[in-house]
Amino acid sequence: MFPSCADPSTLDGAAWLACYLTNGKHMAFYTSFGTVMLLLAVTAPAALLFGFGGAMAARARLWPVRVIGRTYTAMVRGVPDIIFFLFVPIALDQAFEWLRHQAKCPDWTEPIRQGNDFVVCAQAKLPLSTSPQWVHETYGFFLAVLAFAIVFGAFAANVLFGAMRAVPRAQMETAEAYGMTERQSFWRILVPQMWIYALPGLSNLWMILIKATPLLFLLGVEDIVYWARELGGAKTSIYAYPHPDWRLYYFLGLLVFYLSLTKVSEIVLGRLTVRLSHGQATLGGEALRKADA
Amino acid sequence: MSCVQTIQDYGLRALGVGERLLPRADITLCEQFTLIGSGLIWNVYFGALALLSGFFLATGLALAKNSRYRLLRKPAEWFIFIFRGSPLFIQFFLAYETFVLLPRSGIEINLLFTEITAETRWLTRAWAGALIVLFLNTAAYSAEIFYGALRSVPKGDVEAAEAYGMTGRVKFRRVVWPTMLRLAWPAYTNEAIFLFHATTLVFFSGFPAWQQRGDALYYANYFADKTFNPFIPYPIVAGYFIALTLCIILVFGAINRRLNRHLHPAARPRLRIRPQIIR
Repeated sequence: MFPSCADPSTLDGAAWLACYLTNGKHMAFYTSFGTVMLLLAVTAPAALLFGFGGAMAARARLWPVRVIGRTYTAMVRGVPDIIFFLFVPIALDQAFEWLRHQAKCPDWTEPIRQGNDFVVCAQAKLPLSTSPQWVHETYGFFLAVLAFAIVFGAFAANVLFGAMRAVPRAQMETAEAYGMTERQSFWRILVPQMWIYALPGLSNLWMILIKATPLLFLLGVEDIVYWARELGGAKTSIYAYPHPDWRLYYFLGLLVFYLSLTKVSEIVLGRLTVRLSHGQATLGGEALRKADA
Repeated sequence: MSCVQTIQDYGLRALGVGERLLPRADITLCEQFTLIGSGLIWNVYFGALALLSGFFLATGLALAKNSRYRLLRKPAEWFIFIFRGSPLFIQFFLAYETFVLLPRSGIEINLLFTEITAETRWLTRAWAGALIVLFLNTAAYSAEIFYGALRSVPKGDVEAAEAYGMTGRVKFRRVVWPTMLRLAWPAYTNEAIFLFHATTLVFFSGFPAWQQRGDALYYANYFADKTFNPFIPYPIVAGYFIALTLCIILVFGAINRRLNRHLHPAARPRLRIRPQIIR
């Protein structure tokens, strides 16, 4: 980065450290923090969407839809989330390849599961073996996001389902008395009011989501944990910047990163709670009304 | 090979008893069930011991956080914040790297009259190192639960105890503590369930599985890699964990009944599983 970094072996002290912390690999390390933030930014709305769908399904009149919704909300209660993180990406990958295989190679006669192998025709491979490296990485990240969205969607469905039931019954009865249809009263009365009941659960979920991001490492994405292990490991003198085992310091850095992320989230969510309490039929809303008057 | 034979070979494989080599080719359903089940021993070991030891530290931490003295309150608050605010996954890595850096030969501790050498090598093994992390982690989470319950102990209960002339330790043991437990129990049940779920992280986070002695998910992952078929081993693990969760609810429900035995059965607080605390 700096012109003086051309020959690191001649440097020492702060100059060495400045060059070390700005070399190419460290830049990749800093970018991976962006990967984590990107995951959070994409997963949170996706999970909310999945959760909303799940909660709606769990309330549905139609019996099969309700069973699917209930199963989806219940599945995270008894089974560790890590199992889903390991299972969902590989299962989805195989499902996609299988579907493409059915569509693209109808004359293929051999079985797809041959002993310990999963074989589909070359055109059905996802991504194609000819595609460039970045396609493979993006596809991996996409699968990871989908896994996160499914698991956290199930958590969110639990929260939203509870929140929908927490909206006072009288509010819905009033809506019916005004002659609103079921759909109208759902969208106009229930949904705007449920968020304040959902917020404690959803903020909890956000904290959990933050703390689940290092699991990206398990899914083979080159995230901050990957780089911390990679960069921190002892480097012999054949490397440009030899150093002993520094993984401890890298992980301490990650710890500080996560702690500050948690702290910032706590503050923001606290403000949001106050915001959403305005005009609600809750103790918090009542306190705000009195303060304004 | 019959299934009975398989169970004999692999039933205690996670502890290093029986057949050394894991099945490689022609993996049967029975082998998957047996090996993953034997891995569950580690999950139960980690979960049960961490929960049991964490309970006492959590009570102490909750009391410290509730203390009037800054010197007690601040460290407890920081401890709870650090362990609740950071991912368990990172905590495992951090602990492992710390334990690895400790001198291999052990630490010499000078006790004036004699010198002892504290062995440190076992700390890098999962059975001890991961257990310590889980113990501290669950203590922090439970402490927050207990602290919340401690704050909601009814004032009248404490006043009644004082009217009977109870003070200090006696008041705490007879009135405050049982009430705190009663109030905290539903949330604590949740914590227990998710602690057991968290034990599946151990062998994916730095701590190596020595001689392929891993937990249930470690073996499930092994089978999924070997057979390239995730649809069998992962549902098996999931099934085992649902059974384990039901066992936990059974035990904690029994304790809940005992804690609230003075109440009419209908008035006792119900245990509800809520996915609130995963790490």
